Amino acid sequence: MSKLSLRTEGDKHVVVTRYFGASPEAVYRAHTDPALIQKWMLGPEGWTMPVCINDARPGGNIRYEWSDGKGNGFHLTGEFVELQPFSRIVHIGRMHLPEPTPDNHIETRFEPEGSGTLMTMRMTLPDSRTRDVMLATGMEGGMEASYARLENMSANASRAA
Amino acid sequence: MQNLDATFSALADPTRRAILARLATGELTVMELAKPFEMSQPAISRHLRVLESAGLVNRRVDGAKRPCSLAPEGIATIDQWLSLLRKALARNYDRLDEVLQATTPKK
Repeated sequence: MSKLSLRTEGDKHVVVTRYFGASPEAVYRAHTDPALIQKWMLGPEGWTMPVCINDARPGGNIRYEWSDGKGNGFHLTGEFVELQPFSRIVHIGRMHLPEPTPDNHIETRFEPEGSGTLMTMRMTLPDSRTRDVMLATGMEGGMEASYARLENMSANASRAA
Repeated sequence: MQNLDATFSALADPTRRAILARLATGELTVMELAKPFEMSQPAISRHLRVLESAGLVNRRVDGAKRPCSLAPEGIATIDQWLSLLRKALARNYDRLDEVLQATTPKK
């Protein structure tokens, strides 16, 4: 069972929560130390993050570059807005595919819970349309439709051949 | 890669998302697509044109018919973002569990 929870809030927000069996300080460090980020924020199996710039101070730059080692890649840029060690990070991020996606304003909180940490990541998108598209393209219920699309894509491709 | 903003605009409409979901089951004509919707064929055609110009739907000529299908390239653009969001998020945090186990001193 997934420990990850994803839900919408209001018109423009998406809230992600996840429990970790480590202290808020350890989870916070894993979100701010580039050497640690490069170990886990990797996306699909087989991908790596060759470039990780994470200048964790207000106004500091963020740049993550991902690569599948086969010539495919994309990157994310962003800026830190606020940091409260070891409880809260506010940053802005956008993906480049290569066109930039709309700015995602993200507040991440690390709260002690039992012997671990409850992380709450609250994303704010510019408008409901952007958020709806994000959800429609796979964050929640769209997953099944998306897999059906992928399966069908290969079926279509072989039919067209 | 086509313009991502056009892709987003095309996907912002629930009818167009429903059209894409139906096309996931295979190639369909406008008449077949219009059936479950309480919408005229011209209205469906207008949605199809938006999806087509966003690179999400392909149409081919088959006699008098122009059957529609999902465009693999357009869907791939969306799925790139998709994989970074939901699926990868879960994987990332599983990996973070391992990182935390390795860096946190045992009590």
